[in-house]
Amino acid sequence: MSAAPVDVRGPRFGAWVTTIVLAVVLLTAGSPFGTVLLALQAVVFVVGATLGVRRAPYGVLFRWLLAPRLAPPTAFEDPEPPRFAQAVGTVFAVVGVLGFAVGWTPVGLAATALALAAAFLNAAFGFCLGCELYLLQRRATSRWRHPDPATTDPDTTSPTGKSATRRGVAA
Amino acid sequence: MTGLVVLVVTLLLAAAAGLVLRSRNGQVRATREAASTGAAALVAQLDALGVERGERLTLLQFSSPFCAPCRATRTLLADVARTAPDVRHVEVDVAAGDPELALVRHLDIRRTPTTVILDSHGEELARASGVPRREQVLAIVGPPETPQVSGR
Repeated sequence: MSAAPVDVRGPRFGAWVTTIVLAVVLLTAGSPFGTVLLALQAVVFVVGATLGVRRAPYGVLFRWLLAPRLAPPTAFEDPEPPRFAQAVGTVFAVVGVLGFAVGWTPVGLAATALALAAAFLNAAFGFCLGCELYLLQRRATSRWRHPDPATTDPDTTSPTGKSATRRGVAA
Repeated sequence: MTGLVVLVVTLLLAAAAGLVLRSRNGQVRATREAASTGAAALVAQLDALGVERGERLTLLQFSSPFCAPCRATRTLLADVARTAPDVRHVEVDVAAGDPELALVRHLDIRRTPTTVILDSHGEELARASGVPRREQVLAIVGPPETPQVSGR
């Protein structure tokens, strides 16, 4: 959580590379080359999800090749959101590799397409699909444990109503 | 060949989705009365969580740990709340526990960040998902009571 902020252009660059790699995977789908390329992308996702975006292959590429040639960074971001997205990408890439490997081409195509859509939304719009999935997943698993949301914790509710307000806004 | 079709369709759908999301993101929309959820139950839930509401308005922000726009929203809403003593910005971490998740479901929060603006009775006035547009938040909060000295 408290990892050092990263240059926002790093993860964005990684999303573009991922988009291109996954596009090539789709264009070569069904061939051994396509499957191996997707497997390599899966490894890239795993490294990013475990070591963080700074040490992820595309992150290293950005810092070594591009960052020295660009203007100094002006915007920074928390590395956790893109790291979480790498974990989501891992799931899709692994399913895709398995699909292609066992000959279930539609499964491989669908999984690759979903990963591509997520990478492209991140690259072109800066939209973090991993963040969106996070809350929906929390809600889904919690509903399973607490099936009735309307009657949560009735005995812990306070009878004091709105007396808890305090004048002014705390710093 | 199939791969090319899948590629083109995927990129077109993703681009369309991205454009829609971009246009909706951060728009502060007034809550219709029919859509507003029970204020009394909401107030009880907020009290149980120890959330202190503002005397006039509460800017209730829902955030998750893996969320960069949540930080931008926090900065913006805290800044707005500073302009009026009877407006309070409070943040709920949706991942903190079951009471927080119950609140998330009660208000039907689907994304983080989502900001819900409540009046003094806990009645929902408006909400926005994504980093809210500052001028739209200010339109609801009203002009600052004292001339604001902004650091920007």
